[in-house]
Amino acid sequence: MLKIADKTFSSRLFTGTGKFNSAAQMEAALLASGSELVTVALKRIDLKDTEDDILMHLQHSHIHLLPNTSGVRTAKEAVFAAQLAREAMHTNWIKLEIHPDPKYLMPDPIETLKATEELAKLGFIVLPYIHADPVLCKRLEDAGTAAVMPLGSPIGSNKGLRTIDFLEIIISQSNVPVIIDAGIGSPSDAAKAMEIGADAVLVNTAIAVSGNPAVMAEAFKIAVQAGRMAFEAQLGLIHSQAVASSPLTSFLDD
Amino acid sequence: MEITVNNQAYTIDESCSVAGMLSAVLQISGDGIAVAVNQSIVTRPEWPRHLLRAGDQVMLIRATQGG
Repeated sequence: MLKIADKTFSSRLFTGTGKFNSAAQMEAALLASGSELVTVALKRIDLKDTEDDILMHLQHSHIHLLPNTSGVRTAKEAVFAAQLAREAMHTNWIKLEIHPDPKYLMPDPIETLKATEELAKLGFIVLPYIHADPVLCKRLEDAGTAAVMPLGSPIGSNKGLRTIDFLEIIISQSNVPVIIDAGIGSPSDAAKAMEIGADAVLVNTAIAVSGNPAVMAEAFKIAVQAGRMAFEAQLGLIHSQAVASSPLTSFLDD
Repeated sequence: MEITVNNQAYTIDESCSVAGMLSAVLQISGDGIAVAVNQSIVTRPEWPRHLLRAGDQVMLIRATQGG
């Protein structure tokens, strides 16, 4: 079982709530995914449409909310957003996202480290979204992070694990759970992430924009389970030459 | 007196609390929302006793779809 801070998770597939066509479609996909940790963003209430409340679609006993700080540009704004999220959603868990550049949404490592230090001191369970930077991961551990969430490729790009060499380094030396976030485009990407030893993956776009989000969510669920099983069963070594699987007896020779 | 709520102007009575503004003026329940006045969070237990002043900038936040 995966443990982060005080919570244990039987599902290693975390999901996001963005980009679905409707709340009903989102809810069906989240339930099919089996996910127990689900991200939400913050927004100013639309005073002309005060019935618009995503939370009523997330009220399932197995689903824990993970509010994010998307939209902030600095550590100071992130701390404020985390405090607003805690007020609104009664959780001290926060997905820390500080990505000021709208084109590539690259996380700002300096502001993220500062915010992690401050939020950890304030009692938050901090899950920071970061580049696949092994050095930053160790600095975040020192700052009191509950997990690290390195990216596979840019948010929403569906490009998969372009950072895999660095993800492997992060996984090999991390003392906190490693959740691969961003860019996972297909169940095979998720399986690969789990095979290399990730503790969990966070998937949103690849499910939400697919032709059938509920079925895709289930495909991700199975892929994550398969990848984790493969990791635990220990994959065979990779060789540069053939290694025969059948006995090379010369049974046709005289 | 005038205040703004999420950048929209509202007229409220003198001595209106945050709780009063939410229920009487905006007619929204407080479930799942966070309130900040002039960039400072007003926690739920403070809503009934935190009185608004003319010119206050109120921000109301709730969850939305996001990854």
